[in-house]
This record gives sequence, C-alpha cells and structure tokens, in this order.
Amino acid sequence: MSDHTATLEELTAKGYQFGFVTDIEQDTVPPGLNEDVIRLISSKKQEPEWLLEWRLEAYRHWLTMREPDWARLDITPIDYQAISYYSAPKSDADRPKSLDEIDPEILRTYEKLGIPLAEQEVLAGIRGNVAVDAVFDSVSVATSFKGKLAEKGIIFCSFSEAVHEHPELVRQHLGTVVPQGDNYFAALNSAVFTDGSFCYIPKGVRCPMELSTYFRINAANTGQFERTLIIAEPGSYVSYLEGCTAPQRDENQLHAAVVELIALDDAEIKYSTVQNWYPGDAEGKGGIYNFVTKRGLCKGRNSKISWTQVETGSAITWKYPSCVLRGDNSIGEFYSVAITRDRQQADTGTKMIHMGKNTRSTIISKGISAGQGQNVYRGLVKVLPTASDARNYTQCDSLLMGDQCGAHTFPYIEVQHPTAQIEHEASTSKVSDDQIFYCQSRGIGTEDAINLIVNGFCKEVFRELPMEFAVEAQKLLEIKLEGSVG
Amino acid sequence: MLKIENLHVSVEDTEILKGIDLEIRPGEVHAIMGPNGSGKSTLASIIAGRDDYEVSAGGIQFLGEDLLELDPEDRARMGLFLAFQYPVEIPGVNNLYFLKAALNAQRKARGEDELDAMEFWELVTERMRRVQMDEAFLKRPVNEGFSGGEKKRNEILQMSVLEPRFAVLDETDSGLDIDALKTVADGVNAMRSPERGFLVITHYQRLLDYIVPDVVHVMMDGRIVRTGDKDLAKALEAEGYALFRENPEPAIAQHA
Repeated sequence: MSDHTATLEELTAKGYQFGFVTDIEQDTVPPGLNEDVIRLISSKKQEPEWLLEWRLEAYRHWLTMREPDWARLDITPIDYQAISYYSAPKSDADRPKSLDEIDPEILRTYEKLGIPLAEQEVLAGIRGNVAVDAVFDSVSVATSFKGKLAEKGIIFCSFSEAVHEHPELVRQHLGTVVPQGDNYFAALNSAVFTDGSFCYIPKGVRCPMELSTYFRINAANTGQFERTLIIAEPGSYVSYLEGCTAPQRDENQLHAAVVELIALDDAEIKYSTVQNWYPGDAEGKGGIYNFVTKRGLCKGRNSKISWTQVETGSAITWKYPSCVLRGDNSIGEFYSVAITRDRQQADTGTKMIHMGKNTRSTIISKGISAGQGQNVYRGLVKVLPTASDARNYTQCDSLLMGDQCGAHTFPYIEVQHPTAQIEHEASTSKVSDDQIFYCQSRGIGTEDAINLIVNGFCKEVFRELPMEFAVEAQKLLEIKLEGSVG
Repeated sequence: MLKIENLHVSVEDTEILKGIDLEIRPGEVHAIMGPNGSGKSTLASIIAGRDDYEVSAGGIQFLGEDLLELDPEDRARMGLFLAFQYPVEIPGVNNLYFLKAALNAQRKARGEDELDAMEFWELVTERMRRVQMDEAFLKRPVNEGFSGGEKKRNEILQMSVLEPRFAVLDETDSGLDIDALKTVADGVNAMRSPERGFLVITHYQRLLDYIVPDVVHVMMDGRIVRTGDKDLAKALEAEGYALFRENPEPAIAQHA
C-alpha cells in the first residue's frame, strides 16, 4: 500500500511539474466541456502527461465530428454542454436517506430478484461505497480473491489503478482496438472517461474464476463514461462478467462506455453482459441512453472472442459489440438477447471483420419487442481480400408481443474473397395464441406460458452465459415481460 | 363426470354445434365419429377451453363444475386433458422441462408436493416405455422437428404423465401407421380405469378396433345423429355416412 501511495505522490508531483490545472479542491465541475475540463479530470485522477495528451487529442477530434444519425432511433437531442463531466463520489448529504425515498417499482423488482435488503440499499445509492465494504464484508472477500489472482499473475483492478501501477500496459494497448476518433461517442469517452476496469491475463494462464465487476466493489464512482481494457496474452483464458441484473439508479442520462478486448495467439476472452439500466417510465421519460462501443481484436492466431449480451434496460440502446478477426484461424462470436417494451428503443448488433485466413464467426441475435418497443438488429459481416476460407453463420430471430411493437433487421454483408461462406437466416414470429393455449391446456398459467415460450426463444443465447448469470437473466426477463400480453 | 346439455356454439355468426347432449360417466370410453366439418374438433376445443368460439346456448358440467366458466389451465388442473389433433411446437423448450412444468403446475394447484428432478425422471422414463419413446425425446424441444407419429405419441406420453381424470383424444389416429396406432392405443388402454373417462374423436373405425369404446356417437352437421355400441362404428365403416344422411333419426327432424 505504501508503494501505491508513493507512486501516487510521485505522479502528482510530476503532474504539477508539467503544469496540470491546479484547481483540485472542487468536487464537481460545472456543466460544460472544454480543454480545461479535460485537464481538470486528468489532474484529479493524477494521470501522466501522455494520457492527458491522449484525452486532448480525442477531444479535438470529437469537435470535428457529428453525432451519428444512421441508427433507427428517435433521440431527443443531447446538450453536451449541459452535462457535468466530473463529479466525485457522492457525499452522504446527496444520497437518498432510506428505501422509502426510492421508486417503489424499483424496490418491487429488487424483491423479485431476491436481493438482500443491505444490498438493495447499496444499489439504490443510499449507502456509499465505503459502507459497502462493511455490508458485504468484502474486504475479506476481495482480499482472498485478489490473492488468488495475484498468485497467477492476473491483474484485475480499476482503470485508474492500472494507469498508475501498470502504465506501460495501458499505454501499449489503450486505443489500439477502438481508436480515439473511432466514432462520436468513443471519441467523447476517450476525452472524458473517469474510470472502469482493467484486466490482464499473463501467458498460458487460465483465469480460475469468472471476473465480475460486481466483485470489484471499488471506491471509485465509475460514472457515465466507463473504460474497460482486457488483455489476454498467448494461450490464456478469461471469462468476464459485466453488469448486474438489478436495476441501477443513476442520474446520468447519457452513458457512453468503451470496451476494448485484445486476444493474442491461442487466447480466449468470453465477455458477458446483463444490462438493466433504468428504461424510463411507461412514456419513456428519464431513461438512460446507452451508447456503447465494444470491440474485440483477435490479434493472434487461433484466438477467440465471444460476446454474450442480455440487453433489457435503457431507454435507448446503441451498441454493436464487434470482433476484428486478424489472426489466422481466429473465431468471433456474438450472442444477444435484446428486449424492448413500452417506449424502449434498441439498435444493436455486431460487426465481424474477417482479415485472417480461415477465420470464423457466429452471430445469434434474438430480439423481443413488446408494447411499443422498437428493436433493430444491425450487423456487418465483412470479409477482406486477405481472408481466404472465411466462414460466417448469422441467425436473427425476432419475437413480437402485441401489435404496436416493431422488429427490424439490417444485415450488411461485404465479401471480398471468393472462398468465403456466408449464411444468413432470419425469422420473425409472434408468441402465438396456439402456443399459449397448448401450455394452458397442460395446466400452465398464461404468464408462465409466456415466460416458457420466451425463454425457449432465447435459449441459444442463455446457454452461452455462465450458469448463475443465466438463471438471473431468465428471472429478469420474466419481470420485464410481466403484463406485456393482455 | 362430463355432462353436455343442449350445447350451441358458433364462430363468427356461423353455428357449428347445434344442440349437443352427451353424458360420460367415470370408466366409460365414448367415441364420436363423423365426417369432416361435422363439428367434432370444435367440441374438443370447447371442452378444453379455446376462446375462439361463442357459446350461444347450453352448457358443460365437469365434476359438478360449470366448465365454461373456467380458464383452460384450471380445467387441466381439475384433471381434464386434450390430446391435440395438431400438437403445437415450442422451440427451445425441451420436452422434459415442459412436462415437469406442467405436472408441477397441476400438483401445486391441487395442493400436492411438486416433484423434484429425480422423482420426475423416474416417473417420466417409466411412462415413456409405455409409448415406446426413446429418452432422446426428452432433450428435444417440444414437438419441434417431430414426425406426425412422434407428435401423437408425445401427446399420449403427456397424458400418461399428467394422469387426467378425463381425456379427449382429438383424431389422435390421423396420420399414424398401423404400428404407431397400436402403440398409441396401448398407451390409452393402459390408462383405462373405473375412475377415468375418455372421449375419442375419430374419422375411422380402425382406431376403435384397438381402443374399444363403450358408446359410439355419430356426429353430422353439428348434431349427434345416432348413438349406439361398438357395432355402430362397424356399420358406419361398412356403409358410410350416407346412411345417416338418407335416414335421419327423428331427433334431427326435431331440432331442424
């Protein structure tokens, strides 16, 4: 720990030396975005000069860009100057005092998910992160957990910590998969990200447990611009879980995260997400905008990256976890369940970029629309001239519940090598009255029948999730679909 | 146990059932035969609780309850079973899971303990032997990719597991070869008991060689035009439905 402090002090001192903005007394910067704000964020986080420069480059690029408008989404214009880009973890005074102040709808969901009371208070923001340690006794949990990982040489920490303790690794890989100027939201994230997760698996190491952000109850408030970087050295394996099935309370409407994955020779990364951000009320007011850039680079031969996502929350989801298959024989996979109801909108899918020889990709996308929800699958399969014998299999299934929702599929296929084999299957179906009646006639009630049918529809994706996560995802789906069929 | 009185049913202003009277007591097997469009399957659907129909007059009593007032799942929980003419596919839901969910939903509603995975496995594998189904069926999604014969056997398997008090078999013989027909009939016969009633709906007399009925009804144009014993089915097979068109029973004239 003293080493850590020493490093911090050293960096801070360096920071001043290189002329960081000095206004570090302030806890929350006023709304607005300019270079000074970025300097402030960087200095608050006591970052090295190169990272500040990196942020500023991203910001300057962002200024030249325009918001993408190609997605099939109806977005209320975002005033980027009205957002505060840095705020320290909330003080006790700002927090809700007790669960009585929390939206009863959210509490009801906590209850259904079987979340213990103490944990509910954390999720609802009543207890700060310091208190979390006491509640979960996570000091001991985290210690034994970290010890186990350290034995294997695995690094799993917050992004800020990585910047300080493993700057060479961060500097080497940051932005190599999602460049600063990749897209509007990635550029914004690169300029202003506050924290996130960092994970490094050394050569030949198989990570002995699922790495979960839920486990890493860190003191930092990761906020709305999260940055994740995972590096799997040759022959290593890691399964990473992101998110939480419990609905999370957050005042920040705009979330623009960036996730970069790098898999070297024979390495495998499995990345699973269950997302349940606040979707807004039935009219869609107040919900989270989730504009995320996730991309994995299969850099080495025989490497594999697999994305599995269960997207249930947010007012708007704009998200395309992708794989760049650069190494020969590398494999990319994308399994997705996206559900929209009420006024929720989702434009999600994947990109599989085949560069190496004999690369393979699989896309299984399941969209469920209920109420007035609009669900879009948008995917690109691209086979470059270098990618001989590339193969892709894509399956997009949409399930409609009710007659006011919509499902839309936009598959883009660009093939530049004659040996490529591309398959695409798509279906749209309704939960049919016949199926429901069949279940009923066997004694299964209507709601249970719908859950059964929907879970069957999602099965190919759920089975890719780690066991515990799959059970939670299934439960979550049931809650989400409650009352969606009259 | 099942009592149908003067049942009139229509779909979009077209009357399909024009006054059905039928009583089935515990232990009895009744067969209803009739040509296409006579209303046989409508009767099965009404008993099971499909809501695409309008009952304009009459009613159905099941175990003393007004059946038409109950949701389909509540009818099933009381011990009513319909073997579908066209069993529905449920992709992604495996047969074992579906059967267990159904049985436990019924047991729960009746205040009985739910079966755990082991207990259920023992029950279901024992019942599968009755209908000569391979265990591999349990892993496959409900009816998905099943042949016609497999779907029908699967219905009988469900019936064997759920052990209803009263079962309606809606053209379970259609599309079956003779071996499958025997298997299905064996499955049904194994369940015959003094407490259990059956209503077997069929086009052909052939099934009734294997499931021998106590009572046979002939249905035409929404009415039961003749009731007799198993020999009635044989006469029908020999002479065809024309016999009843030309010589209507007095009962028909009465309703017309």
